[in-house]
Amino acid sequence: MDFQLTSAQRDLASGFRSFCERRFDRDRLRGLVDRDRPPGMVDRELWAELAETGVFCLRLAEDDGGVGLGTAEAALVFEEAGRALLPGPLVATHLAASLPGRVGTGAASGDLVVGLAAADQFPLLVEHLDAVDELLIRSPDGIRRIDRSALRATAIRTPTDPCTPLHHVATVPDGALIADAAAAERLLREGAVLTAALQLGIAGKLTEMSTRYAREREQFGRVIGGFQAVKHLCADMLVRTEVARAAVYAAAVTLDDPEAGDPAVAVPTAKLMADEAATRNGKDATQVHGGMGFTWEVDVHLYLKRAWVHATQYGGPEEHEEALAATL
Amino acid sequence: MDLRYTEAEEGFRAELRAWLASALPTLPGKPDRADWPGRRAYDTAWQRMLFDAGYAGVHWPVEAGGRGATPTEHLIFLEETERAGAPYVGANFVGLLHAGPTINAAGTEEQRRRYLPGILSGDDVWCQGFSEPGAGSDLAALRTRAVRDGDEYVLNGSKIWTSHAEVADYCEMLVRTDPDAPKHKGISWLIVPMDAPGLSVRPLDTIMGTSEFAEVFLDDVRVPVANRVGEENDGWRVTMVTLSFERGTAFVSEVVACRRLLRELASLARAMPRSPDATAWDDTTLRRELGHLTAEFEALWALTKWNVSKASRSGVPGVGGSVFKLRFSETKQKAYDLAHRLLGRAALCVEDVAGLPSGALVDERLSSLSYTIAAGTSQIQRNIVGERILGLPKER
Ligand SMILES: Cc1cc2nc3c(=O)[nH]c(=O)nc-3n(C[C@H](O)[C@H](O)[C@H](O)COP(=O)(O)OP(=O)(O)OC[C@H]3O[C@@H](n4cnc5c(N)ncnc54)[C@H](O)[C@@H]3O)c2cc1C
Repeated sequence: MDFQLTSAQRDLASGFRSFCERRFDRDRLRGLVDRDRPPGMVDRELWAELAETGVFCLRLAEDDGGVGLGTAEAALVFEEAGRALLPGPLVATHLAASLPGRVGTGAASGDLVVGLAAADQFPLLVEHLDAVDELLIRSPDGIRRIDRSALRATAIRTPTDPCTPLHHVATVPDGALIADAAAAERLLREGAVLTAALQLGIAGKLTEMSTRYAREREQFGRVIGGFQAVKHLCADMLVRTEVARAAVYAAAVTLDDPEAGDPAVAVPTAKLMADEAATRNGKDATQVHGGMGFTWEVDVHLYLKRAWVHATQYGGPEEHEEALAATL
Repeated sequence: MDLRYTEAEEGFRAELRAWLASALPTLPGKPDRADWPGRRAYDTAWQRMLFDAGYAGVHWPVEAGGRGATPTEHLIFLEETERAGAPYVGANFVGLLHAGPTINAAGTEEQRRRYLPGILSGDDVWCQGFSEPGAGSDLAALRTRAVRDGDEYVLNGSKIWTSHAEVADYCEMLVRTDPDAPKHKGISWLIVPMDAPGLSVRPLDTIMGTSEFAEVFLDDVRVPVANRVGEENDGWRVTMVTLSFERGTAFVSEVVACRRLLRELASLARAMPRSPDATAWDDTTLRRELGHLTAEFEALWALTKWNVSKASRSGVPGVGGSVFKLRFSETKQKAYDLAHRLLGRAALCVEDVAGLPSGALVDERLSSLSYTIAAGTSQIQRNIVGERILGLPKER
């Protein structure tokens, strides 16, 4: 056992981090939020560049034109995507790349933006609908491809997360089954782990932002990080992040190698711990930033709102807690 | 990232499992919690069995009489012994996890030869005399004096919350050797025999009503200078060595125990009637809380593997222990809070009632309250995380 990143894994993560810093820095993020919003909040040019880095075809075999890496590597990349707050249906498109046919090929190459919604949600809110070229619906019997022209959807005027536009879909038209129940189940697990990785990135970034602020902001003649009440909020944020990190990496490794653990336990553990780390860190970060934390111009709220979105994807706490209780 | 155990590691596990299966049935029955001599004899008997089988100080270096197991093998050792229901390290805790490793790292050759074998065989039981009535969290504020007189130190003062003091042979003790130096600079680390004239022990009752720890009084106790580990007035550095060992692995087997606890609580919930046609298990809130705690302990187990792997690469335990200790101690208390809720009014009895395992659960719940206090309180751990990991300024 050697549960640490290999040097190749470290390089992959830092390479993707510098890509994000170059191509999606804070100005670009704020531009999207405050000025030039592309349809569905997906910037096609950036999407194409993301595809070039291999994000979408990361786990496809090299023979199929992919990078040939595993879920562990994908988790590291998605952690960085979470840190950078990259918008768009990244996980859905990445998952779709493993599906057969035109949808899979298009998703893998970055030519298609693919959305994936869960049929059993009420109300059914579909993300980034104005951007997606293909909409897939996941239900226990498999994955269906929906005919976009048959879809009647109402745009939500003010989605909580300004980077995640939503449409309300009242009735789902029938679609063609393109993958079976086993594939749906597999996508659900992988989606849960990769979304947990996004949350891990958010949790870590919030810890950094808060710690930096606590080191700079002065009150009563000293920096606020010297006050224990603030220091302890930051310490708790770090602890949540590190506990989530161990759980997310363990789940990713377990999906690649089921002999390393039990996916039925590891996956819900990762999603629960990471959702909690991201959402609670979002709250604590708002607190550490004081009145600034309540302003639109400080990024904390963007991270918290995104964390709330992810916490409803690929299973919420009810589902995962029940799943774990059932293993006892 | 590789979570698979190597063939050698699996071999170690299989061999250990086989030995545990044959050895455990020969262990004498567990003594009553209040019976200290009985507890010491029991813990010593177990240590002796480990010793004879070559598992004593499994992670200690071979030169020190250990087996030189890798950190991962040590993890496997802790996991397997807990899983098999083997006794806790008990009265041998301080010797095996603190004093031994410290003497090995910072002591002289003579000290290693003299003290390590007794720790490994279980013949010598050690206790830790760090805390004092006026120096708990602020450990360096300790006042017990050691004044040099020829080749002896003369000790005066008192220690408190000293676990196992009633049955210990030696104490790893912090004393002030230079009262004029800044508080961290005038401390020395001493080996004090518990039968030294002038040393007396007064048991202190805990909230469980048993005497887990004691007060130790020192009245002109004479200790050879040769019993000092490390340089005079350099005891704080030696203490940091001791504490890193304490936080490194002290709680690993407990995570395994907590996962078992949750399974026990689940089966108790399934059997616990709540109404004519429902059991406690039908309570969604309780069920989900059990699910959540499962995630907590699974994640803590993954974190343990992360920390162990990291330490194997760097060679030092690191501050990851504080992250772990903080979350683990608070989560463990939550698990027992849940047990309490499940037991209902049976939680009012520190004994089994109506066929329910309330005795052990209530006792353990009380005991778990010490986890956020002993070995550095949660507040102190948060300071460590904030200052040493996040680099926030120190308290003034
Ligand atoms: C079961 C048990 C076994 C023990 N065994 C041993 C042993 O074998 N040997 C030994 O030497 N010691 C032992 N101890 C002592 C233990 O290490 C101390 O109790 C502990 O370090 C806390 O010190 P204190 O009790 O003086 O509490 P205090 O330091 O007085 O703390 C009281 C409260 O104030 C808080 N506090 C204190 N300082 C700060 C601060 N700077 N910032 C924020 N909050 C603060 C604490 O977190 C706590 O909540 C044991 C304790 C227990 C409970």
